[in-house]
Order: sequence, then structure tokens, then C-alpha cells
Amino acid sequence: MAAIQNRYEFVYLFDVENGNPNGDPDAGNMPRIDPETSNGLVTDVCLKRKVRNFVEIAKVNESGFNIYVQEKAVLNLQNKRAYLANPEINQESKKLPKKEEEAKKITGWMCANFFDVRTFGAVMTTDVNCGQVRGPVQINFAKSIDPVIPLELSITRMAVTTEKEAESQSGDNRTMGRKHIVPYGLYRVEGYISSHLAEKTGFSEADLELFWNALINMFDHDHSAARGKMNARKLFVFKHSDKLGNAPAHKLFDLISVKRNDSEKPPRSFTDYTIDFAGGCPQNVEMIEKL
Amino acid sequence: MAYGIKLKVWGPYACFTRPEMKVERVSYDIMTPSAARGILEAVYWKPEIRWNVRRIHVLNPIKFDNIRRNELGNVLSASNIKKAMKDRKTELSVFIEDDRQQRAAMVLKDVSYIIEADFEILSGDNNPLKHKEMFERRARKGQCFNTPCLGCREFSAAFELVEDEVPASELKGEKDYGWMLHDIDFNNGMTPRFFRAKSKDGIIDVPPFVSEEVRG
Repeated sequence: MAAIQNRYEFVYLFDVENGNPNGDPDAGNMPRIDPETSNGLVTDVCLKRKVRNFVEIAKVNESGFNIYVQEKAVLNLQNKRAYLANPEINQESKKLPKKEEEAKKITGWMCANFFDVRTFGAVMTTDVNCGQVRGPVQINFAKSIDPVIPLELSITRMAVTTEKEAESQSGDNRTMGRKHIVPYGLYRVEGYISSHLAEKTGFSEADLELFWNALINMFDHDHSAARGKMNARKLFVFKHSDKLGNAPAHKLFDLISVKRNDSEKPPRSFTDYTIDFAGGCPQNVEMIEKL
Repeated sequence: MAYGIKLKVWGPYACFTRPEMKVERVSYDIMTPSAARGILEAVYWKPEIRWNVRRIHVLNPIKFDNIRRNELGNVLSASNIKKAMKDRKTELSVFIEDDRQQRAAMVLKDVSYIIEADFEILSGDNNPLKHKEMFERRARKGQCFNTPCLGCREFSAAFELVEDEVPASELKGEKDYGWMLHDIDFNNGMTPRFFRAKSKDGIIDVPPFVSEEVRG
């Protein structure tokens, strides 16, 4: 399929209510926080994981939309895949093709089969340089608009795991646990899509549509006890008419402002914020509000 | 320096990983010349030219932050892919739970640099002005081949062409950053080469890649 012909940037807003959007393994799974400002963070890889999971369920058994890095919980063995017809490869491997050519074929094949390789890239072990695929989609860390204050909730369980524990409690059978939540946080993340890198991996218009879909819907398929209520709120897409782009990314990002309505009151819902698009897109850049 | 260019790059995070500490990544204090070259190449590059970074201005004070993430412990193996291409049965997905590594990264915060660089013509017609102007047009308009990044792709860089005076750095005095990666010698079996990075009032003069001061 033909690769996309435009450069894009996007600003994506999502929020969390009484949940933990992204735990920090260094801090006992507390929500991630910028230590200087107390703003909440969600890493790029966390969001990419959710995009992968969404694509996996949205495109079950569809060839070309396999996901390379899988999470076990998700529909494990649906991937009896229909591999692309590649008869010429077998013959060629007998002839000992030039290494670079072969590596290109391998990466090309991986890109054609796996959505995540095509979108985010992947590292493959070949000693030729093109064994590394850079994907067109690049995402930054998501940061909350205001400082978040994580709460630690103690919870109890009316059962114990081992008999030994039961004995030591003489039949009381209770354990305590801990849960970290953010009462409310509105997070903003920015991303980039390079048309030139898309050309190299074959990231197409259809893939792009699927990616937007994933951003809009992915939290609806990611509910769990830890996450609480997470929602995609806004997705602003800047489409450049030129392949190289028509304006600096940071200037486009600055056009979207998010303000708290009442700075006295702690924010607790999406309605506590006003999201503004300043208008005045530079020439040849189109702003599309996807959500 | 007849065809020198100046590019300002900045961002909230950066990680210029030290090669000796790259499992749990620790960033250098400052941007390496190779990272600067990568940024320039993300804006404009053709096989006919090679960028040479001459000077790096460190504008902001040096601050660190710590981030730990779940990462994949493995890379794709080419032989497995070949097998899958042949027999169409081999499982290729990896399960992140089976192969997870938690890795911390010591990254830089709130960075801002100005890169001063020029380039040499390696082949093709000798028309440096063409390349310089193409680079400047792109940088002025915010165009790029792909979004440049500050060491790792999740730390993307905003950039701007510097056409006036370079603003003074917040760093004062002289500082020695020790031995730092200059660049990788791709013609010579990917040998890394190092130089002694010293700054004066936030300005690091980068010796030419082939000079005596740069060692393998």
C-alpha cells in the first residue's frame, strides 16, 4: 500500500479519574510524577502498548496487522497467520544473496506483516545497518496539565494465600493491600508522524486512520482495577500539505492551550478545563479535530 | 567556517547515553557531537555531504531526572524471521511478560543547545551553497525529514535556525566533562572515538573527527 504523503503532528488529551494511568516501578507502582513540578507523567511506551493492544483486538486475524510485541493476556493464539506469498525468497537463499539485500527483504517483510513494526519501528539483529527500522510515529511523554496528588488507599482482602498465613492469623484470614490513585488528572501528549519514514516502512493512509482510531478508543478496551476511569478527550491533528512539513512542530503545539477554569478549586473533572485552539494555522497546515 | 550554520534545539528531556552505562542508561552531562550530527541529519542530509559539528553551546543549567520503564529484553532475530518467511508457521510475536526488563534511565531535564556546524562535500558537484540554503530553508520553516530527537526518540527536539547572535549560556566558567563520545567511525568497523570535552562559559569546542585529540 502507498505510504502517507503528508507530515502530521498531533496533540492528544486524555484524563484519569480515581485511577493510576502509569505506575512507576521505581516508586512501588505509584503514579509517575515529575519530582520538580509534581506533574503526572505517562511514558511513550505506555501509550504505545495500548495502541498495540487496540490494533490487536480491532484487527483479529487480519493479515498485515499482526502485533510483534504482545501482551499475554490478549487473545494469545489468534495468530495462526496467513503469511504473505513469498516464493522467490526460498530460491534466493540458496544462492547466498548479498547480505544487505537480504536484510532489506527481511525488514520489508516484517513491516508488511506487523503493524507495530511498521508504525513504531523495531530493532532486528542483522549486522547490516538497515536491520533497524525507525517507525514514522514518534510520541513524547504525556504530562498532566496541573500537578497531581497521588493518594494511597489501603484495601483489605477477606482471604489469605497460604495456609500458613491463615494459621498465624488464627483463622482471621485477612490481608491488607495498597492501591495508588490519582483523583483526577488531565494529561497532554504530543506526537509526530514523518512521511519520509512512513515511506520506508510502508505506513499507509489506512494505517494512519487505524492509529487515530486507536488513540480515540484504546482506553475503552483497557479497563482494569488499577486504571480507574480513563478517557480520551481530545485529538487535534495538524496536517501539513508538504511532505517535509510547513511549520515548526512546537509552534503548532502552542496553538492548543489547556486552561483550568477555576484555579482556586482542585480539578476533578474534564469540565474544570477549557481547551482552546487559537486558530491561525500557518499556511498549508490544516488542523483537524478528530475528537 | 565559511558555510557554517547554527541551529538551536531544546526540549523537556534528553538522554545522551554513556556507552559504558547503557543497560541502565545514564546520560552524559551534555550533548555529544554524534547526537548533534543526528539532529542535523534529521533536518537535512544527502549522501553527498557530511556534517561536522564544530561547537556546542549549552544554554541551560545541567539537571538530571530518573525514569524507570518496563522494556523488552530482546531484539528480533533475523534467522527466525527467515524461517517464518519460509515455513509460514514459526511464531514471531514476543510476549512482553516473558522477556521483560525494568531499566532505569538517568536523563537530562530542560535542555537547550545551539549547535554550530559546517559540512564537507564528499561527492557530486561542488556546490556547498545549495546544501546550506536547503538546510536553512527547512530549518526556518520547521521542516524536517523526521522529527529530530535529543538522544532517544521519545525525547523529541524543537528546533530553530539561529540567524543572530548566540545568546549567552547560564553556565559560567570552565568545566571538564572528561572523555566523551565524539562519533562512531562507520568506515572503520563502527569504532567509537572519544574526545576530552571541556567547556568555557557553556561553549564546547569540538575538535575535528580526524584530529589528534580524538582517540579510538
